[in-house]
Amino acid sequence: MSRFRLEIRVVPRPGLLDPEGKAIQSALHSLDYEQVHEVSVGKLLYLNVEAASSEHAREGAEAMCKRLLANPVTEDFEIDVGEAVEQTVPA
Amino acid sequence: MKVAIVTFPGSNCDYDLYKCVQLVGGQPEFRWHRDVDLGEVDVVMLPGGFSYGDYLRAGAIATMSPIMDAVKEFAKSGGPVLGICNGFQMLCESGLLPGALLRNRSLLFSSRDVLLRVENTASIFTQEYESGQILRMPIAHAEGNYHADDETLDCLEGEGRVLFRYANAEGKAVDGANPNGSARSIAGILNESGNVMGMMPHPERAVESILGSVDGLGLFDGLLAQLSVGTL
Repeated sequence: MSRFRLEIRVVPRPGLLDPEGKAIQSALHSLDYEQVHEVSVGKLLYLNVEAASSEHAREGAEAMCKRLLANPVTEDFEIDVGEAVEQTVPA
Repeated sequence: MKVAIVTFPGSNCDYDLYKCVQLVGGQPEFRWHRDVDLGEVDVVMLPGGFSYGDYLRAGAIATMSPIMDAVKEFAKSGGPVLGICNGFQMLCESGLLPGALLRNRSLLFSSRDVLLRVENTASIFTQEYESGQILRMPIAHAEGNYHADDETLDCLEGEGRVLFRYANAEGKAVDGANPNGSARSIAGILNESGNVMGMMPHPERAVESILGSVDGLGLFDGLLAQLSVGTL
């Protein structure tokens, strides 16, 4: 087994009302950053997981997103699996 | 009527519900989120509050509590389940009700009285009311902006499963009367089999005149009346 560092981004589904993104956008406009469009705000999660391979690590993370980390009605998710950070020795 | 009121870490309307159930002559009993068994009860109520500090998403962590398996079983077997505010968010997060509750469009936590229009009185939760009746009760939430895709919203409306809408004093569901941006001004909905209901406003805080309104009483009175005559 190896330990993998996962980065999971949970983002509001495009087209969905995102009042927080809108508020940040208008705050940026008030600072004269008129070039800013379509701000959306999501969550970034880091997890260290044990898995036999990076594929297994990803499959596990997908299940976690579907069951808890993302709301299937309003959010999408993206998963990045990093390099194995360390080998774990079986007890 | 034995009512299980489930307390989660961060619930803050559990005692309001307890008092309210007593007021209408029911027998309230607290259940802790770590309990695995509801016991012999007629109704389950999920109270408002900020379970688990609203971490991740409002209501999301609470749905992983041990008691929720029993609540789901109870709902599946036809038992009446009422979720108010954070309880409504839990019901959506657990899939017992469709849709989701997003951040209010104002981004603000909103704590004030609103007016609701009763949309359908043919439910165990609304049979004491008249269709089109205007009710006053408080809201207190930051994530009450009901969202579902158009197909789901059409289905809810088509099947009479929208029980309450935000409206003005004339009974019009205008945008200005919508406190949080909810799709089609929806304030409370019913599940497909008619035994699970969720709503953002607080009927349990509108049950004594000293609270400013008694318009929430009808919901609890109606539920008790039906359970007493054994129609449920």
